[in-house]
Amino acid sequence: MRVLITGLGTYWGSRLAQHLEARDDVEVIVGLDTHAPRLPLERTEFVRADSSYSILHRIVQATEIDTVLHTHLIVDSTQLSGRAMHEINVIGTMNLLAAAGAPDSTVRKVVLKSSTLVYGSNFKDPYYFREDTQRTRAPRTRVERSLLEVEAFLRDFAEDNPHVVVSLLRFTNVLGDHLDTPFSRALRLPLVPEVFGFDPKLQFTHEADVEGALVFATVHDVPGVYNVAGDGTLPWSEVCKIVGKRRVPLPPIGTNWAAEPLRMTRVLDLSPELLMLLRYGRGVDNTRFKRVGYHYQFSSAATVDEFARGLRLEHAVGSRRPAYTYERDVETFFRHSPAVVRDD
Amino acid sequence: MTRFPSSVSDEPPERPVIDLTEHAARADLLPVRPAVPMPTHLQDRASSPADRDDAGVREGDVDAWGRSERVRSLTRAIYDPVYRFWFRAEWEGLENIPERGGALLVANHAAAVPSDAPVIMHGIEKELSRAVYGLAEYLFRTLPVVGTLWSRAGGVPAHPDNAYRLLHDDHQLVLVFPEGSKGTGKLYRDRYKLHRFGRAGFVEIAMRAGVPVIPIAVVGAEESMPMLWKSGRLAKLLNLPYFPITANQLLFGPVLGAFAYFPAKFRLRVLPPVRFDLPPDQERYSRSRVMDEADSIREHIQGALYDMLRTRRSVWFG
Repeated sequence: MRVLITGLGTYWGSRLAQHLEARDDVEVIVGLDTHAPRLPLERTEFVRADSSYSILHRIVQATEIDTVLHTHLIVDSTQLSGRAMHEINVIGTMNLLAAAGAPDSTVRKVVLKSSTLVYGSNFKDPYYFREDTQRTRAPRTRVERSLLEVEAFLRDFAEDNPHVVVSLLRFTNVLGDHLDTPFSRALRLPLVPEVFGFDPKLQFTHEADVEGALVFATVHDVPGVYNVAGDGTLPWSEVCKIVGKRRVPLPPIGTNWAAEPLRMTRVLDLSPELLMLLRYGRGVDNTRFKRVGYHYQFSSAATVDEFARGLRLEHAVGSRRPAYTYERDVETFFRHSPAVVRDD
Repeated sequence: MTRFPSSVSDEPPERPVIDLTEHAARADLLPVRPAVPMPTHLQDRASSPADRDDAGVREGDVDAWGRSERVRSLTRAIYDPVYRFWFRAEWEGLENIPERGGALLVANHAAAVPSDAPVIMHGIEKELSRAVYGLAEYLFRTLPVVGTLWSRAGGVPAHPDNAYRLLHDDHQLVLVFPEGSKGTGKLYRDRYKLHRFGRAGFVEIAMRAGVPVIPIAVVGAEESMPMLWKSGRLAKLLNLPYFPITANQLLFGPVLGAFAYFPAKFRLRVLPPVRFDLPPDQERYSRSRVMDEADSIREHIQGALYDMLRTRRSVWFG
């Protein structure tokens, strides 16, 4: 298997590369990003470039990639401006799929890491979205719109290229020790926000399951759309209780305005989609992915519990984030220098 | 009140194997686990592995539908005096409700602020020790505080997917009022005349979920809050389905009148279950068949209502 991972500079990209490096059936791993990888890698080739079509096409052609893992989708709208997010999500995916779908392309599998944000969060929603359930309201936030566009591209790609196995994985609120996601940031605050009078049911995925699901989709053939989320839902009040934080209510009317001061003082950037989640919550049905053979390691409650344990450890001994800096010359030396003894 | 042992309990309907994958990647499909941790004291089937794992982690008992057995017990404790001494509810035919497995309970609806839903849910939970989920308007989900309490007490928005999942996957009892707000928006002079059952979505959901429909005829709700007049214009202004002027409001004032019910005696008759000999999980069901079934259920309830009204000597004492 010859794999191309986009977004190698993100945590997911680096972790996936580490997982895949350990496998014997993966010959080549090429990673693409504008930022260097965050974790030490052994045999992954890193190409520092933006995802322009010409570069992607050349890489795919030259290395005869057969599997594309597209993890470079921005699902947290507070990290980048709307335009940058659009650029990375929509334009980046468009270029990637165009390169993968070129007539001389050797790509036989595309896996996309999307988000359950595409379902939206609205009072008319069913409590559990299946993969084919429609949204109840047109998207109003930029991130939802860009993700829907990305998924539309993928659908078109799948139709135009029936010989390619296309997997679309939608992940729901991810929590983990090493991650910075909207919920993990909210739960790290001394006082966690909530919308007064609302106690929505939320579902979580553990970072180990995200990695596991992506690796599973890479090494097995699982065409189609899948929700990936831990079993069960928890009310927000219970999540805060498990993590051991008190809640501060935001007014139910004009919640966005009340969140402005928090944004301006940079305490917490509450995106509109997060505020909707804190009001109505969202559940997804995760049985389809189980039916193709994936075993979840963590349920929603277990995810929150693990996160709580990580937080307690952090409070005691400080952050344990791996401090790794990528050094290009060192990595090039190890990969290409004739002085290094390889047992090929 | 004596417990009525069920004599019609079938096994829960068999779950058909639905191949949702485009190509069945693996022949050995995993069994699907139920999503709902049922309140442990209310069921005797073993909880799923997921529930057992979560048992040490969870701090509360809110289930997958937002219902909390703790809140529900508290609600029942508070409501019990109303149920026993104010409405003095009496049931007939409770043996028609199965001890296990999903069923769609269907009843006539009345009272501008409905009094029948709490009575039915309380009665069944108390007599049969089975959880009942009540489907209601989406509006409840948008209300702060009240909406959360409603959800913890077993209220679920009336989305067809919710109903299907509750019935088919989780084998729960689901209460629905097909008349909807048209039923509660009836004037007193039209009492006990059932409105048509709309698009009969409830029949289709029951067919698709493979569960029986159990009609319940309720006498007493109409008189507990008789509506004398309603204003369409005010309703539109306030975005309500109707704006009622009830006898309660005339007697107790506008605010108290929304909660102070007259002590009408409640009689509830559970009619025999209606089973559809159709396969579950179909894409479509014949529209005419669905409408026929809905009409027949409506007539059954109507007939039972008239029968009960014939034997009722007094509104307040039965």
